[in-house]
Amino acid sequence: MREEVAFRLNGHDVAVEVDVHRTLLDVLRDVLGEMGTKEGCGEGECGACTVLVDDAAVVSCLYPVCEADGTSVTTVEGLFEPGGELSPVQTAYLEFGGTQCGFCTPGMIMASVALLAENPDPSEEEIRYALTGNLCRCTGYVQIVESVRAAAELMMERPA
Amino acid sequence: MSKYRHVGTEAQRPEGADKLAGTARYIHDITVAGMLHGAIKFSEHAHARIVHIDTSRARALSGVRSVITADDVPEVRYGFMRDNLVLKKGKVRQFRDEVAAVAAIDPDIAREAVDLIEVEYEPLPSVFTPEEALAEGAVLIHETDAAGRPRTSNVVPLPCRHASGDLDAAKERTAHVVEGTYTVPRIQQAALGTSGCIAEFDRNGNLTITTKTQIPFLAQRDFNSILAALGLEGRNVRVVVPAVGGAFGTGLDTHAYEYISILLAWTTGKPVRILYDREQEFAYLSPRQSASMFIRQGCDAEGRFTFREVDVVQDNGAYTSWGATYPNVMLVAATSLYRVPAVRFDSRIVYTNNTYCQAMRGYGNPEITWPIESSLDDLAAAAGIDPYEMRLLNSNQPGDVTPMGLKLATCGLTECLDRTAARIDWKEARGPERRTARGVGMASLINVGGGGKIYASDGSGIILKLDDFGHVNVAYGGVEMGQGLHSALTLMVAEALGVEPENVHINETDTATSPWDVGTHASRGAFMAGNAAVMACEKLRARIFEHAEKVYPAEVERNLARLRDRGEDVSPAGFDYTSVTRDRFDLQGGRLFVVDAPDEPWLQIDLGRFLRAVHFTKEGGVGTIFTEEAFYEPPTELPDWDRGIGNMSASYTFGVQGVEVEVDVDTGEVRILRLVAVTDVGRVLSPQALRGQMYGGIAQGVGYALYEEIKTEEGRILNAGFTDYKMPSAADLDFPIELEFVETDDPYGPFGAKGAGEPGIVATAPAVGNAIFDAIGVRILDLPITPEKIIRALREKETAVAGAGGG
Repeated sequence: MREEVAFRLNGHDVAVEVDVHRTLLDVLRDVLGEMGTKEGCGEGECGACTVLVDDAAVVSCLYPVCEADGTSVTTVEGLFEPGGELSPVQTAYLEFGGTQCGFCTPGMIMASVALLAENPDPSEEEIRYALTGNLCRCTGYVQIVESVRAAAELMMERPA
Repeated sequence: MSKYRHVGTEAQRPEGADKLAGTARYIHDITVAGMLHGAIKFSEHAHARIVHIDTSRARALSGVRSVITADDVPEVRYGFMRDNLVLKKGKVRQFRDEVAAVAAIDPDIAREAVDLIEVEYEPLPSVFTPEEALAEGAVLIHETDAAGRPRTSNVVPLPCRHASGDLDAAKERTAHVVEGTYTVPRIQQAALGTSGCIAEFDRNGNLTITTKTQIPFLAQRDFNSILAALGLEGRNVRVVVPAVGGAFGTGLDTHAYEYISILLAWTTGKPVRILYDREQEFAYLSPRQSASMFIRQGCDAEGRFTFREVDVVQDNGAYTSWGATYPNVMLVAATSLYRVPAVRFDSRIVYTNNTYCQAMRGYGNPEITWPIESSLDDLAAAAGIDPYEMRLLNSNQPGDVTPMGLKLATCGLTECLDRTAARIDWKEARGPERRTARGVGMASLINVGGGGKIYASDGSGIILKLDDFGHVNVAYGGVEMGQGLHSALTLMVAEALGVEPENVHINETDTATSPWDVGTHASRGAFMAGNAAVMACEKLRARIFEHAEKVYPAEVERNLARLRDRGEDVSPAGFDYTSVTRDRFDLQGGRLFVVDAPDEPWLQIDLGRFLRAVHFTKEGGVGTIFTEEAFYEPPTELPDWDRGIGNMSASYTFGVQGVEVEVDVDTGEVRILRLVAVTDVGRVLSPQALRGQMYGGIAQGVGYALYEEIKTEEGRILNAGFTDYKMPSAADLDFPIELEFVETDDPYGPFGAKGAGEPGIVATAPAVGNAIFDAIGVRILDLPITPEKIIRALREKETAVAGAGGG
């Protein structure tokens, strides 16, 4: 069954007619061509596909696209202005080595953004707990945790 | 202060911003106009005769463009021993065998078509352990070898052995001996980006394959064979490597799915992409090899090693990958970790009906270091010596030539041991004040740090091309897969040439434009690239300075004219800029200047301006371009594997990890309280990237030590996904990891650096095992060290103690 689904994507209105059984991840990548969001497992275990739906982090590989109707969806491409500077979280990941192969990174960034929106000054333990659903095979998470802490400091210094 | 401007500085990853913005392009993100989607039909048996394949329903499905089985396409052999067929003929030997494939207009149709293929099998007896496979009368997995000669056993004919010193005499001098059989499981490399490729032909029969590989040039050689089979011998194979979502060894071999994409592209005349999902990555790619290792080692009354004996049995699975050469690398630690006067090493690789295995980070070294370092602590206990003191006593030293013939130009093992012991508070943590069920352990490592020669060439080429604007384009055949090769290479080119890192650009790896490289493995990427870069930069600088003699005076005059136009009074008196000779020039930070007056702005020429002057002025020699190549072949030897002798690496990386643990004796749960890793890396090139390699390797080491194992039942993988395969999460690694680096300035390394991609994973498991032994007095021989194994061992110990007490 096909249905029209309309939502805001990174600040722009989009409307697509899609099979209602498709996931938000599929529609983002295969229909809308937003390739920043990655599929790491397709079963909600690795978090590589994490995006924000109305500011809440969801794993888009399990999220039915019809649920996104009427919402505002943010992906890693929506965190900065084209040609502008990267967001504080992305900047901190760059500076503190929070990315290696980069495949888990978009999801990790979105989970970090959601965490900092909820808890602007998280402890290391809170960061580790918040990122439990985002697997990374490269970094051992140390520089990711450092990046999130640095992003928190940066955002507290310079509130958006 | 460092003598380097760029090497060793806290630089950001050059490709990092694209990864963070979501704009890096992985194989999953690439589509080609007209592209079809491929899918593979895999075996449903561990060992069975293929009676009949019915593809009629698949072929009839709307949207299907091609269905192929072994009967439809030429036979293509591949694999390290050429013992594998791309599409299986006659029989299947493992659950992941490829029996048919489909190309369709979308991935869902391709998968549906695969489900419509019906294969009739006649099951055969199977063997799932090396013991079963070696038993008298065991079924032969391969009846013949690649050349068609009959085979008589399931042993893979890859001998690798070593014998040095007088073993009998050494045993006579021995005061204490320990022995044990240690095992390591199959584990998943589990890169977050799954495997995939796109194959396409042009109308002349030339192939381009964009693929997730670590060996673009060996892959090119491999794919030549498929072109030959298709009647396209001599046509070109171009291998392009997109952004790689982690590899950890999975890209060291060419895979059936790549050949199948090529076959489907040929049969359809369209580009064909095959992508694995996570379940397929687990079930149909190749995990790390499992192995069983017997070790016996002895020491004299003072604690000096007298001998070491090792027998390795490795479960190869049904076919042979490069991973079957693990024993070649195991030899390094088996013969050369510590000074051991007499060593015997033997290995057997055995075919089974398990999934065939391949390499992962460390390549045999985490495997062999597990028994060596675990048994060392047992030996120290038998001898009544502190295991740290015993390691110090036997530590390798710079200048040593080991029994394998390894030449240790530099060796910081002693310093690594001392610094680890100091950092982990060794004496106090093991002392009488300690808390119950807490303990510390350490383990050392030696790893190849200057390549690892197991192929005819272990070299790397590089091409540096300067454009008119002072940018340097670097064509290198190695692969950035997250490890930070580009971080290190950027800094080294900037340093060696004399430009700013932001003006260094590393090209996408592409066999059409990059010079030959054996592949990115064995911690060799930065070492090789750096050495090649230094050679090419020296040539470039020489040519720049040669041309500077001609254009420099006119450019200085332009500087002077410009300053005078601005009304500045510049007096060039006292410095003759008109006849500067090539040996007086220098280039730093993208500015050409004269060493005798380095600070005068009017004597400095921007590199881009200089290059344009050379292009466009008569004095410079019109038409000159600045491109230089270099090929670095390390001064190493391809070992004689039958004797296990040969200096296979130019440099050797040493390290020590120390771990403090607490064990819950009721649940068997192990909690790591802290971990210290001190590594002799020769020289730190990119601190951020190096720390990332160490932390990441250690995290994998913790997984290897405590959690990870591919579970199988009669050859079928039971935990093919992250739901059932436990990999460390951020919350699992909630302990401090402290890193230190020892800089021994290796004479063969670029800027003194040795390879450091693998060492992080090598010593973690034995350090954890030794800490558990220190904490609760039980020794687990089989990885991973699960709570069940600890509880069982504690119960056995209690029973033994009670038994002894009762007797």
